[in-house]
Amino acid sequence: MKICITILFLFLFTDATAKLWRVGAGQQERSIRATINKATDGDTIFIYPGIYKEGQLIITKKLFLKGIQYPVLDGEQKVEILTIRCDGVVVEGLFFKRSGRSSYNDIAALRIADCRNAVVKNNRFESGYFGIYSQHATAAIITGNRLQSDAKDEVSSGNGIHCWKSDSMHISSNTVTGYRDGLYFEFVTNSYIKSNTSYGNVRYGLHFMFSGNNSYISNVFRDNGAGVAVMYSKNIRIQNNLFADNWGGAAYGILMKEITDSRVEGNRFQKNSVGVMLEGSNRIQLLKNVFIQNGWAIKMQASCMDNSIEQNNFSANSFDMATNGELVLNSFKKNYWDKYEGYDLNRDGIGDVPYHPVSMFSMMGERNASSMMLFRSFIVGLLDKAEKMLPVLTPVDLKDHQPLMKPLKL
Amino acid sequence: MMQTMIKYVVLDLIKNRIILVYTFFLLLMSVGMFSMDENTTKGIMSLMNLVLIIIPLVSIIFSTIYVYNSSEFIELLAAQPLKRKSLWLSIYSGLALSLSLAFMIGVGIPVLLFDGTLTGWVLVLSGLFQTIIFTGIALLAAVKTRDKAKGIGVAIFLWFFFTLIYDGLVLLLLFQFSDYPLEKPMIALSMLNPVDLSRILILLKLDISALMGYTGAVFSNFFGSGFGMLLSVLILFLWSAVPVWFSLKQFQRKDL
Repeated sequence: MKICITILFLFLFTDATAKLWRVGAGQQERSIRATINKATDGDTIFIYPGIYKEGQLIITKKLFLKGIQYPVLDGEQKVEILTIRCDGVVVEGLFFKRSGRSSYNDIAALRIADCRNAVVKNNRFESGYFGIYSQHATAAIITGNRLQSDAKDEVSSGNGIHCWKSDSMHISSNTVTGYRDGLYFEFVTNSYIKSNTSYGNVRYGLHFMFSGNNSYISNVFRDNGAGVAVMYSKNIRIQNNLFADNWGGAAYGILMKEITDSRVEGNRFQKNSVGVMLEGSNRIQLLKNVFIQNGWAIKMQASCMDNSIEQNNFSANSFDMATNGELVLNSFKKNYWDKYEGYDLNRDGIGDVPYHPVSMFSMMGERNASSMMLFRSFIVGLLDKAEKMLPVLTPVDLKDHQPLMKPLKL
Repeated sequence: MMQTMIKYVVLDLIKNRIILVYTFFLLLMSVGMFSMDENTTKGIMSLMNLVLIIIPLVSIIFSTIYVYNSSEFIELLAAQPLKRKSLWLSIYSGLALSLSLAFMIGVGIPVLLFDGTLTGWVLVLSGLFQTIIFTGIALLAAVKTRDKAKGIGVAIFLWFFFTLIYDGLVLLLLFQFSDYPLEKPMIALSMLNPVDLSRILILLKLDISALMGYTGAVFSNFFGSGFGMLLSVLILFLWSAVPVWFSLKQFQRKDL
């Protein structure tokens, strides 16, 4: 009991020393910079509505910055507005506007550098180069932020949430639009990315490389210039995300290049020119996804092996699959294909003849791009039918042995 | 005078059982296709196949047979103080008009009801052009050959050529010359066949061009531009006029 009371007192004691600062018109302090200088570890700074043009603010103390009704921190298109360089800093409810642009430095609106446990919560970002930039950060929480910029081309724009050499990040419920890449991760590990929405970005909605052991859950990636591209990573979990409306000559729902030992489950791929593109990717479990109204549901290069594609629904895609070689080292099982024309004599819900998802014409298109001129013509339909009966061009081994008769409820 | 003749040809054709069955069949198909799926794009896709295969077939065969069957009527009228030109053009107009009417009732109205988008309009327009163009080609086939069986054979072959053989030749060409950039020649080749031209116009409107890769981009650039649109409509007009013009020349000199 004594110990308890002592501990309680200790808490009271520390609380008593932490000070609350108020910044704003009509408050005790006018300048955020001066207040940060005066404050000590553990202090809280309330920033009241107004426009603050204070250049670059660098936080090297453990502070809690809280904006009341989104005070505007204006970077006047010159500077990086806020840099966190201390463990445990919390930044909440601020409005970062017009941060600097540079073709030489990666200027961000908010940078989290070399620290642990930073929290960036419910802020707004508008018109800038990079949004939130984390470098060498550990266990930072980035949640509930709204980032919006006005990127025009890939060269002159930055990324929304950019993480480099970071670990154990928790990135959730952010909305990112109008950047080069919505979410960008390089050498980021053990992180959890959930419920973010990334749309209308110039290049990718999500782009990561050399980032293993991460989970991407329930995010929405739609209407981005080139969709989503992920590369050179292991042990990725991609679950219940929506990849939609990534339409264009080189746009992919998700492009996976050299991704290994990963799980892609319960996602929905809708209206992408290519739903999933696999290149040099091995041991991926592609389970229970929905492919609907894509140009190609899956493009799988012959360089992929030991992937298993099971229990997915394929419907209303122009082509179910395309591949570029004869060799097939992947397994297809128990998927529903709306183009399947087989029968089920014993009524167990599984078709009795295997389904070949690669059509003759999709193979032809891979070999000779110009032949796409005959897309949906009578002769191509006939050739496809003939090929189904007697495969010549299409890989014979690429087939689903147990195609489902009815779509799965996904 | 021409108007009266067109009127009689159209009245004769409207009472024709085959035209009625044709209209009903088209109506059934299009309503069926739209109500099968709530996604109208899919309906448009399926209808596109109908428009590009069935419509040319029916137009060309029906018109050929009609011309042969009314040879006595044509002879009779030719004996009257009428210009052969107006006589032949009246038959052409009558046929094109009544087949177009059947198409509009069977496909046009359902499409515009279920899917009033630009794609729908392009589809309907293409169908109308197919009807008119293949009626013209039928007239040319009929006037060139005296024998009815042979004439129908020629008509079927022409349909076969435009819907299938031509594409086969294109495919052959594509693979023979696959080392060369063929995108631009492909545009020219697609103009030489009204069926291909219509198909590509509809597909581009459906925003399928992304699937067609680089070729699609070239096509979409060309046909998407004002010049390309104008040129393709002009080509379709040429396709509707040139065969008829040739058949007219032949008919004027023909010994009935």
